[in-house]
Amino acid sequence: MYTIEMRNVTKIFPGIIANDNITLQLERGEIHALLGENGAGKSTLMSVLFGLYKPETGEIYKNGELVTITGPNDANTLGIGMVHQHFKLVHNFTVLENIVLGVESTKNGILQMQDARARVKALSEKYAFDIDIDAEIRHISVGMQQRVEILKMLYRNNEILIFDEPTAVLTPQEIEALMNTMRNMAAEGKSILFITHKLDEIKQVADRCSVLRKGKMIGTVKVSETSKEELSEMMVGRKVALSLDKNEAKKGAAILQVKNLQKSSGDGKPLKNISFDVFAGEILCIAGIEGNGQTDLVYALTGLSEVDSGQILMEGTELSKMKIRKRTEMGISHIPEDRHRHGLVLDYSLAYNTILQTYYTKEFQHRSFLRKDAIMAYARRLIDRFDIRSGQGEETPARSMSGGNQQKTILAREIDRNPKLLIAVQPTRGLDVGAIEYIHKQLLEQRDAGRAVLLVSLELEEVMNVSDRILVMYEGEIVADVDPKKVTFNELGLYMSGAKKDKVVA
Amino acid sequence: MLSFVMQHTMFFMIPLLIVALGGLFSERSGIVNIALEGKMIMGAFTGVLVILTFQETLPGQPILIIALITSMLVGVAISFFHAYASINLQANQIISGIAINMFAPAFAVYTARLLLGTHNMHFSNQFRIESVPHLGDIPIIGEMFFQNTYITTYLGFVILAIVYIVLYKTKFGLRLRACGEHPHAADSVGVSVTKMRYSGVLISGGLAGIGGLIWVIPISTVFSGSVAGFGFLALAVLIFGAWRPVRVMFAAFFFGLMQAISHSYSGIEFLRALELPAHFYRMTPFIATLIVLAFTSKNTVAPKAIGQPYDKGGR
Repeated sequence: MYTIEMRNVTKIFPGIIANDNITLQLERGEIHALLGENGAGKSTLMSVLFGLYKPETGEIYKNGELVTITGPNDANTLGIGMVHQHFKLVHNFTVLENIVLGVESTKNGILQMQDARARVKALSEKYAFDIDIDAEIRHISVGMQQRVEILKMLYRNNEILIFDEPTAVLTPQEIEALMNTMRNMAAEGKSILFITHKLDEIKQVADRCSVLRKGKMIGTVKVSETSKEELSEMMVGRKVALSLDKNEAKKGAAILQVKNLQKSSGDGKPLKNISFDVFAGEILCIAGIEGNGQTDLVYALTGLSEVDSGQILMEGTELSKMKIRKRTEMGISHIPEDRHRHGLVLDYSLAYNTILQTYYTKEFQHRSFLRKDAIMAYARRLIDRFDIRSGQGEETPARSMSGGNQQKTILAREIDRNPKLLIAVQPTRGLDVGAIEYIHKQLLEQRDAGRAVLLVSLELEEVMNVSDRILVMYEGEIVADVDPKKVTFNELGLYMSGAKKDKVVA
Repeated sequence: MLSFVMQHTMFFMIPLLIVALGGLFSERSGIVNIALEGKMIMGAFTGVLVILTFQETLPGQPILIIALITSMLVGVAISFFHAYASINLQANQIISGIAINMFAPAFAVYTARLLLGTHNMHFSNQFRIESVPHLGDIPIIGEMFFQNTYITTYLGFVILAIVYIVLYKTKFGLRLRACGEHPHAADSVGVSVTKMRYSGVLISGGLAGIGGLIWVIPISTVFSGSVAGFGFLALAVLIFGAWRPVRVMFAAFFFGLMQAISHSYSGIEFLRALELPAHFYRMTPFIATLIVLAFTSKNTVAPKAIGQPYDKGGR
């Protein structure tokens, strides 16, 4: 008998079968990983379990009994809780308020918080969460916020806990702590569904693993008896190279020199006296936890915002006061962090998106009229070269393309301009294994062609695999300049969380 | 003289306070309420209609209470349209609000002409309290707050206390605020965003309706289908008050004081002695609004999800 069994679930959206006759069985006290690429149907399946979607066919059994779930309230009554990938926390409520929201106790209509406070405190101590329950959510770290989400489930006495990509936002140390918490909870008899696409984590913590691909259940395997290679093959449907083949970097001259960059305030932390060089033929990676000044640094380099003081030299030419178009013409390419905000005009076609920085050149414009034929031909060339897939070819609206193909479009545009410096900010965010592999290969190709590549990434895996040199940012400062071959994951984690700091002089 | 200004300040402050608190309910639930003006007009219009109906037969205070209840109900009723458009139909909340603002004065003028032959609705003010027994005799304070006053003044403060308790001390308030900040979070723990937002908008309509009537009574004996931009001023009060009840009260006091000065400067000796044109005083509340909002609105934090229709699928 299973704690939760989803039997023959089929969910159809217009034009796509998101879940095709899926059966998922969760045992009591196990950590069960749910593995699959983006769009494989993991989220849909969990939404069905949560009652957010009504499946076309299929049943859900709890402890062998047929149950119907029509919404979060039903799920909660049945003891099913979920930590969503995007936390569902109210930013200006306290930790305690967020936990009790929805299950408040009242007396004569007035909220009674004392009991809740005591219970949350006890739970927090039991799992060594070390959390200030009167702090407002916006003042605590992402790792702490995740603990609030876990406390929410524990407070509701949930027995079936779903974690949707829980490690994406955490440092290695926080991931370690989370894994321990998950093990503890499983040991107490709670059942855990762990959605992820990171194979290492599955190997570390999961007992069994179910793999979804294109809406179909490929199979459920014992993790201890299955290798990472086998898992990834099940997920993607073909053999995938998990580690990149790369040659030694042939480091050339300094392309970009940043000297004493300062910026007092911005969206993130102020930039404090940042200096570094990027050389031709290397991939320099800026690692760090989100919000430690990476965004501001990239904005400063690409011209999206101004700096207070300091120099940015491109092959000796000062560009910190230059307009964005000038910088583009100097040979800077930028794959932005937020591809919808800074990368594409979503309502333009694929073709028009490929000429956003070059529309004014002779090639695409004649006496201020756009040369449509030339634009379309150019777009077709990029589509061929970069294997961009879309419904209506170059005429496809960018909005209707998949995330991977949107990113390929940006990549194609930026690389095809033959930049001297390619700045790629989280280029693989939200992409699946196949697309990630492709983008990494392209970055390496650029490096081998003698270009300077500046990669900003939050994914340690990516940082270690792709880069030739790593800078770590913490609170707007560069705190480490290390060689990926000589540094461990753990050390990087310590730098990223500010526990360790080098004096870095570029 | 101080007490004279204070009494007048109350006349303006109380409707501003009540209407702004109404706006607060709607906006803390996530629905922009630019329709306060229209809802005030509807409330004032029906309230005055009730007064006209009963003023020959009943004494003052009971009429006032009946009129207030009617105004409230009408405010709630007209809010249904706003709620339905912005919650069920996910329409643009500004536009459905503007629709009410355009409809209300036209409706008031048309109906008044139909019923009374003129859109100027004259009524007699039988509601003023010369002096509250005992309290009115307290030196200074009695003169400021308990003479030449209306029960509606005290109603305003009672509403303030209730709003504060409801918003911060009850389950309803916690859930309402959650819907205005992060409706998906509320939904994920089983709170019905639709229900909460309906409650917010309807309560807001009720308070705006009352506020409309309370605005008319002390300062005039004629209603002509307009509340002179007070609904928008209440919106400014709400923003200046950072969507928090107590701060809203101080904001309402500030704007009330400005209004009082602009209307009664001739009764204040040193202002009269300045011999400035009347227009100067008339525009002070609006200039003050501009200045104050220009300096404060940058730092105030609106509810995060305000103005966004709730889409279950979105994130």
